[in-house]
Amino acid sequence: MVNRQRSTPAEPTDVSVDRLSQDELDVDTYRVVEPDGSYDPEATPDLDDESFRDLYRWMVLQRTFDDRATKLQRRGRLGTYPSGRGQEASIVGAGFALADQDWIFPYGRETAALLMHGLSMRDLLLYWRGVEDASRMEGANIFGLAISIGSHIPVVAGKAWGMKLADEGSVAFANLGDGATSTGAFHEGINFAGVLGAPAVLFCQNNQYAITLPFDGQTNADTVAQKALAYGIDGIRVDGNDVLAVYNAVAEARKRALEGNPVLVEAVTYRRGAHTTSDDPTRYRSEDEVEEWKERDPLERYQTFLEETGRWDAIDEEAIREEVDEEFSAAVDAADEFAERGVEEMFAYLYEEMPPELERQQAAFEQVLEERPEMYEYIEQRPKG
Amino acid sequence: MNATIIQAVNDALHEEMGNDERTLVFGQDVAESGGVFRATEGLQDEFGEERVLDTPLSEIAIVGSAIGLATHGYRPIAEIQFSGFLPPAFDQLVTNASRIRWRTRGELTAPMVVRTPYGAGVRALEHHSESLEAVYGHVPGLKVAIPSTPHDAKGMLISAIRDPDPVLFMEPKHVYRSLREEIPEGTYTEPLGKAAVRQEGDDLTVISWGAMMHNTLEAVENLGVDADVIDLRSISPLDRETILESVKNTGRCVIVHEAAKTGGFGAELMATINDEALMYLKAPINRVTGFDVPVPLLSMEDYYIPHPPRIETAIEETLEY
Repeated sequence: MVNRQRSTPAEPTDVSVDRLSQDELDVDTYRVVEPDGSYDPEATPDLDDESFRDLYRWMVLQRTFDDRATKLQRRGRLGTYPSGRGQEASIVGAGFALADQDWIFPYGRETAALLMHGLSMRDLLLYWRGVEDASRMEGANIFGLAISIGSHIPVVAGKAWGMKLADEGSVAFANLGDGATSTGAFHEGINFAGVLGAPAVLFCQNNQYAITLPFDGQTNADTVAQKALAYGIDGIRVDGNDVLAVYNAVAEARKRALEGNPVLVEAVTYRRGAHTTSDDPTRYRSEDEVEEWKERDPLERYQTFLEETGRWDAIDEEAIREEVDEEFSAAVDAADEFAERGVEEMFAYLYEEMPPELERQQAAFEQVLEERPEMYEYIEQRPKG
Repeated sequence: MNATIIQAVNDALHEEMGNDERTLVFGQDVAESGGVFRATEGLQDEFGEERVLDTPLSEIAIVGSAIGLATHGYRPIAEIQFSGFLPPAFDQLVTNASRIRWRTRGELTAPMVVRTPYGAGVRALEHHSESLEAVYGHVPGLKVAIPSTPHDAKGMLISAIRDPDPVLFMEPKHVYRSLREEIPEGTYTEPLGKAAVRQEGDDLTVISWGAMMHNTLEAVENLGVDADVIDLRSISPLDRETILESVKNTGRCVIVHEAAKTGGFGAELMATINDEALMYLKAPINRVTGFDVPVPLLSMEDYYIPHPPRIETAIEETLEY
């Protein structure tokens, strides 16, 4: 009989096997404006003064929206809300680099990018009030929010593929967080986009936390950007608190994507607020850490740049703040005035043609509501709109 | 102790982690913060970082690695933060967990628990409110347990952890904190696969589970009918005896669940009753369910949930038939 057992291997002799290691990888973080406000004039984007002012205005708007939406939630006038506090430069810089015909696939914190892409503030508020009608994303090339983390990445690959097939000269732009890069969907989607040469830009705001988990618990990789290499696409790591650097990085990524090279952009930033209004971040991170990042405030850094380049004097900060405050108040009023909805909206739009069984269910429910008004005692009357 | 369901779950985890060193608790946000619903609060402090840990955001790997651990002699208790995020891991449940004993002719087994809060009614975001118990109950080899009370939550979770096969433990999050009852201190078990009769009566049988159990009890009380009220507690395995015995006695049955109607678990119950007790029926079996639509976003979700008036209508119809 043949003896199939082998002996325990001895310690290997040193044959110096070459390894690939991330220790040998040098991933730079691209920056235009340094934390101290000094900047690289060569890298400063070629924008007119109005655009430089707009970048600031959009960041103020993002912060205002986050502050006021959080307060509305606390007063029961909004559902769960995820603030983008601290991430304003990433959100605004990326949004500003996109063209109107591009499609944005958001995951939730990108208020300013969605608004500058054409979504109305009223509709965004309605969405956070849990109103289906807001998901039409009327007037804007915006996909539904990817609440199930990472679930949109393969769809982005397909959308970009379609854009390529139709030769449209536009990109599919995905927002995602560092947590999403752990999901299977991320890896499968990015691989697809790479193989297909689809014009996709995957924009990861590495805000250091996926709910409670810090980045080093999320992955053993040093950076998100390096994950691009495994799939044979380009990666860019950018300082996510530098709005000009993010703008440049996404503009560059967009250009590459249009040439058939999808790009993974990692914007290194920090979520200064809670994950959502349902979360208490004091349970899992230190106040010191939050303070440290507060000192790297993206608005302040950009303001320093504007001052250094003589653009600040032409900006009326007070007027901008008043303007966005009024815009928010008007949007809340408009949301409050949203027409009263009926139960039919629950059944609508599931199919182009409603199946008979669904028709039966709707009719039966309407009858119950009519015959048993006590039903309304069990139905919480939520804020209109 | 006087406990809510979430406290009972927490208590069960403390008990069984203390009883069995092979147990591990892991998932997203379970360790440092004690979970989004605080179900795992205090576990890491008591049992250490090696046995209670936060994982990367990957439902596939959370469930898949639980299977690997279980085949290696451990007793993994994995958490999927909301049942709406379980679908990516469905592949692992179907492809590996549910059939490992069968496929290896008993050489390998996967004694593991996947806990997940399920159901509507907490004003959550999209994909947070699904009730897909029928889908999981359809997978041969996978047990699906759903407690509706603090007492059962603790006893059934301990049973699930001790169970030699994979158990999906679905927790009705709508009633996580809304009801309290006295539960025993220390370790006790409630069997899986055994329904509980919440109230006895001769006029009809009403069957429900999870959060809808409480709407059902309220409807029965509102009507003052003499009903057998059965809390199913396990979708799989199914306690056919308790159901059939009751229906044979009452001849009338109403089933209440919050999942969509078509292909929901109510349909399986109707088929079971038709198979074995058709000739005892005095009226068609009635169902009160969610609608065949996704659970609406928060502003309309209360319209979706089968509240007592809908249940009362069905009970009256069934009694008057």
